Amino acid sequence: MLLLYAFDLKSSEYMFKTTPNLTKIFLGIAFGIFTTMSLNAQEIPTDESVVAAGEATFNANCTQCHRIWEVRIGPALNGVSERRSVEWLNSWIKNSQALIASGDEEAVALYEEYDKTLMQAFPFSDDQVMEILAYIKAETAKGPPAEDTTATTAEGEGDSISSSYLMSIIIILVVVLGLAVVALIIAARTLVRHLKDAKGLDEAEQEVVSQQFDVSAFLKSNNFVGLVVFVFTILVLKTLIDGAFTIGVQQGYQPEQPIAFSHEIHAGQYEIDCQYCHTGVNKSKSANIPSPNICMNCHTQVKTESEEIQKIYAAIDYDPETKTYGTNTKPIEWVRIHNLPDLAYFNHSQHVNVADLECETCHGPIKEMEVVYQYSSLTMGWCINCHRDTDVNTKGNEYYDKLVKLHSEQSKEPMKVEDIGGLECAKCHY
Amino acid sequence: MKETKKYWKGVEQLENTADFQDRASKEFPEYLPINGGENGDPSRRDFLKMMGFGVAAVSLAACEAPIRKAIPYVNKPVDVDPGVANYYASTYAMGNDVASVVVKTREGRPIKIEGNDLSMISEGGTTTQVESSVLSLYDGERLQNPKIAGEDTDWETIDGRIKTELAANAGKVSIVSYSNCSPSTARAIQALRDKYGDVEHIQYDPVSVSGLLDAYGDATGARSFPMHDFSKASTIVSISADFLGAWPNQALNNKQFASTRKLGPDKKEMSRLYAFESNLSLTGSNADYRSPIAPSQEGLVVANLYNLVAQKAGAATIGASRLEDTVMLEKAANDLWKSRGKALVVSGSNDKNVQLLVIAINDLLQSYGSTIDLSKSINTRQGNDNSFAQLVSDVKGGAVGSVIFYNCNPAYDHPMGAQLVSSLGKVKTTISTSDRMDETNSSVKYITPDHHYLESWNDFEPVTGHITLSQPTIKNIFNTRQAQESFLRWADNDASYYEFIKEGWQPFADGDVTSFFDKCLHDGFYNVDAPAADKTVSVDAVVVAGNLKGYSAKPSGLELAIYTNYSVGDGTQANNPWLQEMPDPITKACWDNYFTVNLRQASENDWAVKGGDMDYKVATLTVNGKSVTAPVIPQPGQAYGTVGLAVGYGRTKAGKVGNGVGVNAYTLVGSSDNGLSYSAKNATLDLTGEVKKVAQTQTSQTYAGRETVIQETTLGEYQKDPQAGRNFPMISKADGSKVRPHAVSLWKGHEYPNHHWGMIVDLNSCTGCGTCTVACQTENNIPVVGKEEVLNRREMHWIRIDRYYSERPENELTSDDKNLMEVKQKELAAVENPEVTFQPMMCQQCNNAPCETVCPVAATTHSSEGLNQMTYNRCIGTRYCANNCPYKVRRFNWFKYHDNAKFDMNTPMNNDLGKMVLNPDVTVRARGVMEKCTFCVQRIQSGKLDAKKEGRRPQDGEIQTACAKSCPTDALVFGDMKDPESRISKTLKLKYSEKSVEATEDRAYHVLEELRVMPNVWYMTKVRNKDKNDKIEA
Repeated sequence: MLLLYAFDLKSSEYMFKTTPNLTKIFLGIAFGIFTTMSLNAQEIPTDESVVAAGEATFNANCTQCHRIWEVRIGPALNGVSERRSVEWLNSWIKNSQALIASGDEEAVALYEEYDKTLMQAFPFSDDQVMEILAYIKAETAKGPPAEDTTATTAEGEGDSISSSYLMSIIIILVVVLGLAVVALIIAARTLVRHLKDAKGLDEAEQEVVSQQFDVSAFLKSNNFVGLVVFVFTILVLKTLIDGAFTIGVQQGYQPEQPIAFSHEIHAGQYEIDCQYCHTGVNKSKSANIPSPNICMNCHTQVKTESEEIQKIYAAIDYDPETKTYGTNTKPIEWVRIHNLPDLAYFNHSQHVNVADLECETCHGPIKEMEVVYQYSSLTMGWCINCHRDTDVNTKGNEYYDKLVKLHSEQSKEPMKVEDIGGLECAKCHY
Repeated sequence: MKETKKYWKGVEQLENTADFQDRASKEFPEYLPINGGENGDPSRRDFLKMMGFGVAAVSLAACEAPIRKAIPYVNKPVDVDPGVANYYASTYAMGNDVASVVVKTREGRPIKIEGNDLSMISEGGTTTQVESSVLSLYDGERLQNPKIAGEDTDWETIDGRIKTELAANAGKVSIVSYSNCSPSTARAIQALRDKYGDVEHIQYDPVSVSGLLDAYGDATGARSFPMHDFSKASTIVSISADFLGAWPNQALNNKQFASTRKLGPDKKEMSRLYAFESNLSLTGSNADYRSPIAPSQEGLVVANLYNLVAQKAGAATIGASRLEDTVMLEKAANDLWKSRGKALVVSGSNDKNVQLLVIAINDLLQSYGSTIDLSKSINTRQGNDNSFAQLVSDVKGGAVGSVIFYNCNPAYDHPMGAQLVSSLGKVKTTISTSDRMDETNSSVKYITPDHHYLESWNDFEPVTGHITLSQPTIKNIFNTRQAQESFLRWADNDASYYEFIKEGWQPFADGDVTSFFDKCLHDGFYNVDAPAADKTVSVDAVVVAGNLKGYSAKPSGLELAIYTNYSVGDGTQANNPWLQEMPDPITKACWDNYFTVNLRQASENDWAVKGGDMDYKVATLTVNGKSVTAPVIPQPGQAYGTVGLAVGYGRTKAGKVGNGVGVNAYTLVGSSDNGLSYSAKNATLDLTGEVKKVAQTQTSQTYAGRETVIQETTLGEYQKDPQAGRNFPMISKADGSKVRPHAVSLWKGHEYPNHHWGMIVDLNSCTGCGTCTVACQTENNIPVVGKEEVLNRREMHWIRIDRYYSERPENELTSDDKNLMEVKQKELAAVENPEVTFQPMMCQQCNNAPCETVCPVAATTHSSEGLNQMTYNRCIGTRYCANNCPYKVRRFNWFKYHDNAKFDMNTPMNNDLGKMVLNPDVTVRARGVMEKCTFCVQRIQSGKLDAKKEGRRPQDGEIQTACAKSCPTDALVFGDMKDPESRISKTLKLKYSEKSVEATEDRAYHVLEELRVMPNVWYMTKVRNKDKNDKIEA
């Protein structure tokens, strides 16, 4: 149980303050007026290596706000190099605020269009900018992706697709088999009829031919009873074992919360970065459920009349009329959804900070959840499978340099978590 | 020497009784504590009942998971992140001891105390008391409200009444406390004085050093306990001074002493320690030469030593009766004189005249300015026996109008305390600031409970010029108030104590006091640059010798020698179960105190139970008309004719853990015009006929004759051959050839691509203090099992310190010893004064671990970092691993120790308040699973994660186990053996072969190397600084 003892330390007054990098506001790009600068576009390289380098930089820096075919916090970037000059893009990416301040018309228009959201300045080299543009161009050339793969695909969905495929094959095979059986029965009957008519059969042969299938004798036969008992036992056992495996697994657990907070609105619609509220995710083992003072950063202004917001005010003892805080606070008792057993140690910062995993990988389509539910099974098998499949994020981390070198001497496969002891007991149990 | 040397863990092993043999052959002394049906076996019905219950429980558990809440802060403090530990520099202050510490907090709860590496008064070391003190914070028996005449009240009421009474009372106000070294507290008391006029401050120490302070007062003109620097001494002579176990600044003393005992290729010299004492103390057990003496000989030992040194120095000798056997004294005097300027003589006597002679000896040896610094004094000992006696007579005479007991408990820990308390009726206003209803408080009207030190602001000057700061690491848990703040309120000063301290620090600050103060707060201390006062000593030894009275060369009768042990100490923290269960380093007994007696004398007087299992006869000791009753333990090394008894026990109002444990030795402390005396002559010991069990942790589990677990040598041998004392076992192969164990193996070995964790245990530095045991208990949520279970040999400590006795070489035996041998009592001669070796023993993290191969469910496995992992949730409790462990370091959870009323002494796991001390990163183990040292895997994981987050490799020293971090002597060194720059790699001079690693350091060895289990813990041989051919004969 995550009981956060709210003992305050040296002083009883705390400032409403959040980590500055989380409050960073991002700037967007818009498609403004048509300008065709095909000459510039031709300068963008198409080398595979350049595109690959661009992809890495893009994924590491841009995906928080941008997608190629989709408007996020910033605009969709397909064909951006068709719409704008390379020089303009270069100066925009490196320092958009300076460009806006210089009064550049396109820049100002873009700024206005995206609700005056600022895009942060990126200290890229000219080459890096070209790589990113090369990647965007290559992606643009590929065309928009198919509908079902745009969303973050989860393993579960992948499984169901392949199994339904399998199912249809099985159904077809069963139908074919059925037809074959019918054909065989018809053939056999015809043969028996012909044999009955035939002459010159001796008594024994006659008996075989005129033999009748005795259903009741068959049903009472030891073989049949044994088979039925066997199948029944297997089925019961399987059900029991399957059931046993689900004990304590709360996948899909979706309890009612004391305040009807919607991730769909906050994370989905308003695209608020997860870390804005879950401040511990990069530095702590727990991601942290935000304390109400974080809510108050916006909700002193936003939706102040809402019944649900009143509950926050009650918790933090805030009077919206006088805009003052009292001392009669009482913490909000959220219902914990993700419950790992005490014997398992899990650290968010290892996975989010070091491994650079997306929250959605484990928490599912959180941006679509009106009420959060447990998306993953959180079983040990689930952890282990991921540790088997996932490549270690070794890039730019000196900690792994020697390990990567050693690994590459022995294997051509990328280094998985499993390869550096990710399946060992004392990584999680101590 | 090696071949003939014999080690034993206790008397029972030496005598090798049938019971002992029987127990030694078993891994576990008893079997599962589940009683079956009437005949003992579980019946079929029982089985069905259990089965039915099990099925029902499982199905119920499966139906509905309990709803768990996640409750965030209402207003998250900026610098607290749930799941991330914060560290604050602060100062430990309990009783009269002070130490500079770093407090680890999680979610605003202090959970671990560690030493402050920056501070010169602890240099990163801690003591058992310091490590345990975090649990005292969560003691539910602390007072929760101020009280007037036993009834809870509020602060306003009590302040009003106290102020009125203080102002109205005739007579002076006496504030009684332990030694106070806090400058701001002194100012707060001054504030009271300013307001109420006649306010006196009486200071005393539970274990008084008034004699030493007075001696320096006479010799230098100012009472003080000057700083002794053991690191500069190459010859140390201790006459009953347990500077490693009982003196102030123990951690620093241990560190300094151990620094002179480190050996290596570049340093082949070490200090030599002589000890003359009655009880086998921590200091005596670390001595190279130890001579048992009776307390009544102390004065003459010092006088004779003075004469021997004076002869060499050409100074006048003094008149003192000559001791019969001065061979050892002469040897000591020779060594002292040879190393003058780097010599040190210390005495534990509370007799001013003895201490004056010691000062005179040190003066002859030119110790002042080198090993003793007169300009710096240890201010944690300032108590004055005479002023306390004066207070008692003042109170009796009605001269005192009000008494304030500031965090002290004289009714328990002062021999005159009972008198004082019984005459409190003559005092109009009595006030106490103690944190609990202790022995003194019961007779006090107003109780204004003080904060725990972890809830307090304060400053201390434990050593002159070195001021440490204390800051709260948690808001006060109960409705308590800092005592100094109470003083300020009563003095009509409304400032917070924090502001008050800062105000006092103004003179130190160069500019802005706030930023200066914050910097000091971050470091935990401030060193004042004051010019060293030029002090000299002057003692007229002849006059002093004339005043030396009451000592005799040939003691007769039984003498009592009271001592302080290293676990419970002076008894301030007697309600702390970690301290109660921490075995005494010497006797290995816990949860009790007892009389230690000489073994030969015990057999002569039939004081010992023959062949019992921790059974000891109970006796009544009577001295000066006072008597106490306790079990009698024959103790090797105890001087003939003496009885030892530890203070700190026998509390009656400490709380449920400490009450009734042992007997109170303070009542036996003698008081006379010369101050308090911790020894007494003419004692009688009368058996009561009862037999009592005393829980000891080292009575089973032998190495069955494999004596090479300890490998030791002497300094001379080591200088000739660094491998001296080492044992090199050879293994016979099928073809008859013999090879070293590592040349043959059934095992495939492991590859360690990333880290390979290992540890060095330097037997020569380890003083056996046991701080590591408590540090480990705190860090790893190790349960306290209580006396009954220790008796059942089910203690849970992951790191223990094995204490081995061994015979002294024959050339060292005295003529007395030889007479004993002639009467065929060789064993008795050996235990009369054995050598002692301490060996910390924890999971050796074997590379070829025998435990791993026998686990049927693979609950204990090997990691790619060389760790032997223990997975509690997989363990089914077969205990095969423990059976197969050659080091006997695995511990089995025989019971559910948490949330179990039967273990309510295990306070860290049995109430909500106590549970706040648990380390949230370590599982609290369930009943029926095995556990053992993990090399603090949670710290390793967290250190690695920190490094990964910063994109770098972990640095050496950044990842430390709790034991290595706490060790005041750096005997334990932990590190990554894959890192060629790490301290462990460099010390061991590691050589890597394909799948193994060998240490090429000459002193490094594996315990039980012949088993080829390849531990990751290396031991370094013990080297005693003994001369090879001592001819010590009368």
